[in-house]
Amino acid sequence: MSTDRTMRGKVVVAGIAETTYYKRGQSPDAEFKLALQAIMGACENAGISPKKIDGFSSYSNDRSDPSRLAAALGIDDLRFASMQWGGGGGGASGALANAASAIATGMAECVVVFRALAQGQFGRFGQGRQSKFIGGEAAQTMPYGLMSPAQMFAMKVNRFMDDHGVKQEALRAISLAAYEHAQNNPRAVMHGRPLDEEKYDNSRWIVEPFHLYDCCQENDGAAAMILVSAERAKEFDHPPCYVLSALSGSHYRAGAPVHNTPDYATSTFKTVAPRLYEMAQVKPSDVDVLQSYENFTGGVLMSVVEHGICAPEECNDFFTLENLTLAKGKMPLNTSGGNLAECYMHGLGLNVEGVRQIWGESPNQVENVNVSMVTSGPMVTPVSSCIFGSEATL
Amino acid sequence: MSDYYLNPGLAIPRAQPDGLDAEYWQGLSENKLIIQRCSSCKGWQWGPEWLCHRCHSFEMGYEEVAATGVIYSHERIWHPIHPALKDQGPYIVVLVELPQADNVRVVGNLLGDPEQPLKIGAEVTGVFEHHADSDPAYTLLQWQLA
Repeated sequence: MSTDRTMRGKVVVAGIAETTYYKRGQSPDAEFKLALQAIMGACENAGISPKKIDGFSSYSNDRSDPSRLAAALGIDDLRFASMQWGGGGGGASGALANAASAIATGMAECVVVFRALAQGQFGRFGQGRQSKFIGGEAAQTMPYGLMSPAQMFAMKVNRFMDDHGVKQEALRAISLAAYEHAQNNPRAVMHGRPLDEEKYDNSRWIVEPFHLYDCCQENDGAAAMILVSAERAKEFDHPPCYVLSALSGSHYRAGAPVHNTPDYATSTFKTVAPRLYEMAQVKPSDVDVLQSYENFTGGVLMSVVEHGICAPEECNDFFTLENLTLAKGKMPLNTSGGNLAECYMHGLGLNVEGVRQIWGESPNQVENVNVSMVTSGPMVTPVSSCIFGSEATL
Repeated sequence: MSDYYLNPGLAIPRAQPDGLDAEYWQGLSENKLIIQRCSSCKGWQWGPEWLCHRCHSFEMGYEEVAATGVIYSHERIWHPIHPALKDQGPYIVVLVELPQADNVRVVGNLLGDPEQPLKIGAEVTGVFEHHADSDPAYTLLQWQLA
């Protein structure tokens, strides 16, 4: 990769914010108001006027239209409005990448990455469509009762677990770590609701190999992050948090219809992760803390493997509660509680937590964090990842 | 009790108005598995697309292939997310690979005990499940252990 074509170190995070997080359908506020609350909060966190924002970046067909946001905020000069295609939560780090590239190339000065959801006001993610007729690719799966994300992705995870002899306990450890971290995070919807092995083992199956606690929540709320040029890093009270790399993609025919991608049992990160590390100029062993998107625990497991942190055959030894939590952990994982136990803000909460780890503000702060990685939306296409770095990494 | 693997009430599959998958659905109604095969390079392709991903020919034909395969992956579903399946209990969905057609895959249910053990690589045979009482009628392709 040509070094003059990189976003490495060119963009910093100026501010972050999350609204109160609610269980699905319980937000007293409309979705668009939640988006505004998060954006206003991120401006306050950065110490800038909302009128200074000149770009918006989101993903997964977020309904809060940038032009309406710009009008509501009284922005003079809208310069960038970007939507990452497809992939559900796979777009979180991709939206960040699009925002960062707009700043790095001079298209915009101050871009907010955001995601807002009110699933009471609009539809639920986890429900099957209930139309009378169905056509296209869905006609090949829905009449067989295969219609939810959990059902789409369990098929991949079963194949991966069978190929590599991965045991249920490895998935359980991912869930236990998230819940343990959430107990120290007052923002977390599952704060005060701890999980142990027995409760996990006795929880109902959703679709094998996913118990209830292997599946993300469905929530209402919003999150936002403001990015600016690294030239302005010293203007803000926070220690600089640089974007070392952020990008998206997927492998050969990842989107082949009806489960026909040749490389099937994958989180879709095999081609993305090497490019991510190359741009960031770090190795997997340099990563101090990881936020890895949990739609389902099996996706986390494959994401960790495909980001080179653990070999497929080592999963049963690597994925233990001890290894994934702070004290003696090899790789502290989802330190806010993540999508399982903090909030499913379609994964953008993980990026916000990744920044907090660089700033030293996490509820489960890892010591001396220089490299903080976030992986977004495993098993969809395209997926995306990002790596934040402290000043010491430049 | 229903004659079908799953309880009635799920969405009725229909061929796309654009014609891309019409021959597939017509084939199932005639007890045939008919999927795409490139007229130029003879490669099999599924799901249906307008273009051959190998040789980029637009001359995609449809051809019958034996309804036999092997289980590539599987899942046992417990939580009903559609009201029609509220009283269904567990059911099995399999992803079946067709070695005789460049290993393309199709989705179906595995007939028999919904709590039977599941094995990747097991050989399966297709069973055409005709929903003649539906309006419009349609056919699904189910699978049973060979």
